[in-house]
Amino acid sequence: MKKLLTGNEAIARGAWEAGVHVASAYPGTPSTEILENLALYKDVYSEWAPNEKVGMEVAVGASIGGARALTAMKHVGLNVAADPMFTYSYLGVNGGMVIVTADDPGLHSSQNEQDNRHFARHAKLPMLEPSDSQEAKDFMIEAYEISEKFDVPVLFRITTRICHSKAPVELGERTEHEVKDYQRNINKFVATPARCKVHHYELEEKLKKLEIFANTTKLNVEEINDDTEIGIITSGIAYQYAKEVFGDKVSYLKLGFTFPIPKEKITNFTKKFKTIYVIEELEPFLENEIKAMGINVIGKEKIPNIDELNPDIIAKALLNEELPKVEIKENKAVGRPPILCAGCPHRGIFFELSKKKDVVITGDIGCYTLGSAEPLNAMDSVICMGAGISAAHGFAKAFEKKGRKSKIFGIVGDSTFFHSGITSLLDIVYNKSNVTTIILDNRITGMTGHQENPGTGFTLMGKEAPQADIEAIVRALGVKHVKTINPNNLKESKELIDEYTKLEEPSVIITRWPCALKKFSEQDINEFNLKVEKYAVDSSKCKKCKMCLKTGCPAISFDPEIGSIIDQDMCIGCSVCAQVCPFKAIEKVGG
Amino acid sequence: MMNETKNILLVGVGGQGIILTSKILSNALLNAGYDVKMSEVHGMAQRGGSVTTQVRYGKKVFSPIIGKGQADVLISFELMEAIRWIEFLKPDGKLIINDYKIPSAPILAGFAKYPENVLGTLKEKVHTLDFNAADKAKELGNLKVQNIIMLGALVKALELNDINWEEAIKDNVKPKFLDINLKAFNIGKSL
Repeated sequence: MKKLLTGNEAIARGAWEAGVHVASAYPGTPSTEILENLALYKDVYSEWAPNEKVGMEVAVGASIGGARALTAMKHVGLNVAADPMFTYSYLGVNGGMVIVTADDPGLHSSQNEQDNRHFARHAKLPMLEPSDSQEAKDFMIEAYEISEKFDVPVLFRITTRICHSKAPVELGERTEHEVKDYQRNINKFVATPARCKVHHYELEEKLKKLEIFANTTKLNVEEINDDTEIGIITSGIAYQYAKEVFGDKVSYLKLGFTFPIPKEKITNFTKKFKTIYVIEELEPFLENEIKAMGINVIGKEKIPNIDELNPDIIAKALLNEELPKVEIKENKAVGRPPILCAGCPHRGIFFELSKKKDVVITGDIGCYTLGSAEPLNAMDSVICMGAGISAAHGFAKAFEKKGRKSKIFGIVGDSTFFHSGITSLLDIVYNKSNVTTIILDNRITGMTGHQENPGTGFTLMGKEAPQADIEAIVRALGVKHVKTINPNNLKESKELIDEYTKLEEPSVIITRWPCALKKFSEQDINEFNLKVEKYAVDSSKCKKCKMCLKTGCPAISFDPEIGSIIDQDMCIGCSVCAQVCPFKAIEKVGG
Repeated sequence: MMNETKNILLVGVGGQGIILTSKILSNALLNAGYDVKMSEVHGMAQRGGSVTTQVRYGKKVFSPIIGKGQADVLISFELMEAIRWIEFLKPDGKLIINDYKIPSAPILAGFAKYPENVLGTLKEKVHTLDFNAADKAKELGNLKVQNIIMLGALVKALELNDINWEEAIKDNVKPKFLDINLKAFNIGKSL
């Protein structure tokens, strides 16, 4: 029987069927559900690592130790984890190892749209690209065979539409593989310069064998039509889009194994047709490889290398076809940008920061990036995980040179602090800047959909775990001024911000309150007052000053006749608006 | 079975139960023997943002996403969202619309106004079925079942009468909410 699975669910299933023993990852859209689903199979050990590099190294260690190992991450996560990957490709594996990279063309939930297929060539790893959920599962099993047969880790490249599209999958059963014997082998696994020079030669030989494999594997298939006009070379989701546009009218070379490319197979295919299109999403990865073989193909001169690909783009670019559509010019939809939820514990601190004059606020990756949006408008920069703290330090050093006295705040979330904020804060202490770092501890990894982290007290597999004590870590790094506050208490927040603004030393504010959407733990219930209360506006007292609207709460709207209105279905009683109202017009319902 | 692929675009706002609706729909279609693909949006886009899911079914489906001018049915869980996505509807396609407004952040903050006469504009252009699912859901006692009312209306429009929808809903909702969801479904089907 077939089941509808997302690509992520199918990858988890495939890893389980392939007999994977150990998996370690850090959450990141669109990859998160791979490990969440793998954790449902109790015969696999699955964990959330503090960051992608740790996850990669755990998988490497497990692989050397003889286990079939998996790590998975979003595209930018692979930047973080690249260091161990580039060396492990030289060394080769013991148990098979697969690295899943989930790219995000179109930046649905990311800060760039890098094409991680380049990592395969760069790190010299064989690469697989499934085009739907069935392949996502089946290719996973192939990937482990390739990894062990050719003695290399395998890069498994997917994109948002593979990850988050459901399609029918025929399920298989798990094939058990014993964890292989491990014997110390320093020539293979100790990466010293002299040994790695040898390993590089060995890797190039492996790549030659992998190219022969690429020419014969069933992962690369021809679909030949009688017509000799057009042949299409494609991979991944782009194959589905190409089929949607051209159907059975043309021939295809569908590549599931895309590095090293199957040169012989490509040469044979291209000889059969007058025109060859290379249809791929983002960069001209296949196109450049094929052009370097001296074959004339049409690709990115017609199909853009920016944004998510779709059948419309292909039809317009290659066939000049566009479907008629309904157009409405006289009535425009207002934008609907994402915003901090009603009752979000980040709102209060951003509201207080938004009132500060002459400050710089460096932000980071998480829900709290939304503190940059109107009306809070409380952020100067967002770069990557950890930069919320390190960039603040850089700002401070630039301003020292300039003689500028602006106060600098660095913002980071709890999970992001564990990910790569700790070393950044160490730099602030070590190299002395009077930055105030604000760690927004909402007791969970929020943006990716509520994953446990080293601070929450639970593991991915649901076991209890020691809780990393952020305040103790901060003190241990050498920060003398650190205090934990309730961010829904604006007075307390404001006073601490003002106090730390005056300091000439590093300081840290930890805001501790659970995410409004979190499934609360027993500890949360005991520690915080989490009973849902409702606040409402007494319209007889409302002076229509719109101060409450400056909190950017989605539960609050404004009617010129009535004044502010709080949606009672959305309000959870954080009380931030009530504290902001200068006329005490917002009161607890029934209180 | 029909050869042609049918395209359903579901749009609305995060938290309206669109993903669950799509899940019930797609699983039922798969069980009925269709090839099905469904695409959804995660992450940043979920925080009160505009949400879309796309369901395609037929004998053989390739792309999981629907192009402009391709949707047989556009089902909009919120009024203004229908305008945002209308160009994806076939000119002779059907619009099913919940006459229910959720103001977005720029509107709440007073930077923009909710567009006026949305329904009138749409009705001039396309075949439209409109109703207020929120009011009907509130009458049943739970605003959250709006999505199943929408599903009922969608099933009727698609003429998918051979599928056991009661089973499909049962597989996807908690037992204590089954009764109210079945009532909601039947309301939707009667619209």
